[in-house]
Amino acid sequence: MSKVPYEVYTEEVEALSVLSPDGEIINKDMLPKLTDDQLKEIMYRMVFTRTWDDRAVNLGRQGRLGFYAPVSGQEATMVGSEYALQKEDFIAPGYRDIPQIVWHGLPLYQAFLYSRGHQHGGQVPDGVNVLMPQIIIGAQILHAMGIAMGYKLKKQKQVAITYTGDGGSSEGDFYEGLNYAGVYKLPVIFFVQNNGYAITTPFSKQTAALSIAHKAVAAGIKGVKIDGMDVLAVIKAVQEAAERGRNGEGATLIEAVTYRFRPHSLSDDATKYRSKEEEGEWNAKDPIARFAKYLEKKGLWTEEDTARVKEEAKAKVNEEIKKAEKTEKMTIPGLIDSMFETTPKHLEEQKADFK
Amino acid sequence: MAQMNMKEAIRDALRVELKRDPNVLLFGEDVGHVGGVFRATEGLQKEFGEERVFDTPLAESAIGGLAVGLGIQGFRPVAEIQFVGFIFEALDQMAIQASRMRYRSGGRYNSPIVFRTPFGGGVKAAELHTDSLEGLLAQTPGIKVVVPSNPYDAKGLMIASIRDNDPVFFMEHLNLYHAFRAEVPENDYTVELGKANVVREGSDVTIITYGMMVHTSIKAADELEKTKGIKVEIIDLRTISPIDIDTVVASIQKTNRAIVVQEAQKSSGVAAEVIAQINEKAILHLEAPVLRVAGPDTVYPFAQIEDTWLPTPTRIIDAVNKVLEF
Ligand SMILES: Cc1ncc(C[n+]2csc(CCOP(=O)(O)OP(=O)(O)O)c2C)c(N)n1
Repeated sequence: MSKVPYEVYTEEVEALSVLSPDGEIINKDMLPKLTDDQLKEIMYRMVFTRTWDDRAVNLGRQGRLGFYAPVSGQEATMVGSEYALQKEDFIAPGYRDIPQIVWHGLPLYQAFLYSRGHQHGGQVPDGVNVLMPQIIIGAQILHAMGIAMGYKLKKQKQVAITYTGDGGSSEGDFYEGLNYAGVYKLPVIFFVQNNGYAITTPFSKQTAALSIAHKAVAAGIKGVKIDGMDVLAVIKAVQEAAERGRNGEGATLIEAVTYRFRPHSLSDDATKYRSKEEEGEWNAKDPIARFAKYLEKKGLWTEEDTARVKEEAKAKVNEEIKKAEKTEKMTIPGLIDSMFETTPKHLEEQKADFK
Repeated sequence: MAQMNMKEAIRDALRVELKRDPNVLLFGEDVGHVGGVFRATEGLQKEFGEERVFDTPLAESAIGGLAVGLGIQGFRPVAEIQFVGFIFEALDQMAIQASRMRYRSGGRYNSPIVFRTPFGGGVKAAELHTDSLEGLLAQTPGIKVVVPSNPYDAKGLMIASIRDNDPVFFMEHLNLYHAFRAEVPENDYTVELGKANVVREGSDVTIITYGMMVHTSIKAADELEKTKGIKVEIIDLRTISPIDIDTVVASIQKTNRAIVVQEAQKSSGVAAEVIAQINEKAILHLEAPVLRVAGPDTVYPFAQIEDTWLPTPTRIIDAVNKVLEF
């Protein structure tokens, strides 16, 4: 009698890499098609993002930003996954996924306003297909699923992508989103940035599954695990997933194995739960350094380029934070008027308390 | 006696109960190894082991459901929902499952659970970390809702909540965790659930409030006394479900005037309930309508304008003047 082949799903899966840690191509068939200019643009964006993150952490310390979740280490997943999309595709981010929505078109000063708790931060300009960052872990996954169904109903060849972390993959919303996307064959990409920790809780305490990618099996969708410190692997995987979505082949779950170099948020202390050795190991896999090696060998990038981009990024961040700081403050009457299309009488009365 | 802030007092209560009763368990997101995002449970995993104090995967409905199941098994779970805005993910388990276990099982099972959650504005936290959602749970039959305003009460109320055989929703105001230290006995003691505290005696007007607003009301009362000689009585409800209406009525019989102060949005909340009960039990003692000072009926505006959104001493003073001049 033949047995149920459940072993198939308990095998460890290798994370797909395109570049080796010293910037050599190790997986030629997986190389995404990109021009030299595009390769340089991707590098530009990664360096820019790192510099902006450094500045944001400082601005946070000075009290000029509000809630902010650092991103350093995750530039390949964030910049790469957005770069693989088209402008018309839709992004539903978690709280850390601000680089994706900014590179997709949200003005940087609005991201700063969001951080400072100003509602204009979430007033996404027309033509920019992103949501403001989501605080409720998992909620955005269901929104992306619904947005994807909209594209399908309207017969538009667009895809929605949504992000969460390894922690977020434990939420009920995550499973429900995957399941619906499977049932309705929706053009949606579930992109999990597995950075090893949910605040302080390590991956080993998050799930007993060998990978998050395995979880696609139960939903009947495609699941892949990739090296999230390798921007080319990220681009390749998202391009393919987007292609499948556009062709009506349904959803993809991408697990990208990555690391955040800084603590969870500006108010956390990572030394309480991470070791120096572990941080060192991951530092050696820095996605920017790895990609730089590749580009340097191709004669496309130099250290001077990095220095130049850093200066540009610093200047841009300064300009945008000033713009955020100059934006007119919210008022309570203004807030009250933003609750309903027509402000009801009891709320009109409540405005009087704030004259 | 020791000097403790509210966070330390809560930790002390948890330690006392973990020590006293092997059925007490503590769990939630990040509460074990590092002791929670506010370190309220710091050191407890080390002291009591990973079986009694542990981190869970990130899933609030599962945290709530786990607590319900463990309660059926005879444990006394203390489950943390990391921030108040995330109780919605757990609401089925808290407000529907835990709250009616005793009823549904005809008394066979109960839910001796404490759901702990930090909440409360004025700390510039991220969106959905501070909202005052206590009214939502207060409307749920079968659940008690506790909001301490100081370290002594926090410890005594927490111990009483853990020993209670029904589910208690225990809300810890973020602004009070480190606000000040007070004398807290090292031994175990309880503060009775459902019993209000007259924190300041007065004869002209009663302020009924709870949590952080006790302190904002004290500021207003000091100012009123200094500038106009008005003597304000302040009642700290401590438990907002059930409400200790007897203490409120006794005060109104003396002052004949009252206002209710809450951080939450104005409509349909705890203040509305207090006023409804005053109408039922003490209307003939009133010389003026009872007014509410509360947040407006908008979403909670995180960070940017929360200082003007939250009730201020000035708004409380205005309301007191209104009922006095009525
Ligand atoms: C529903 C919900 N529960 C809890 C939280 C509090 N919280 C914020 S971030 C976080 C950990 C998230 O970890 P992960 O999904 O791995 O993302 P990462 O921050 O590592 O990118 C938690 C528990 C929240 N924001 N929403």
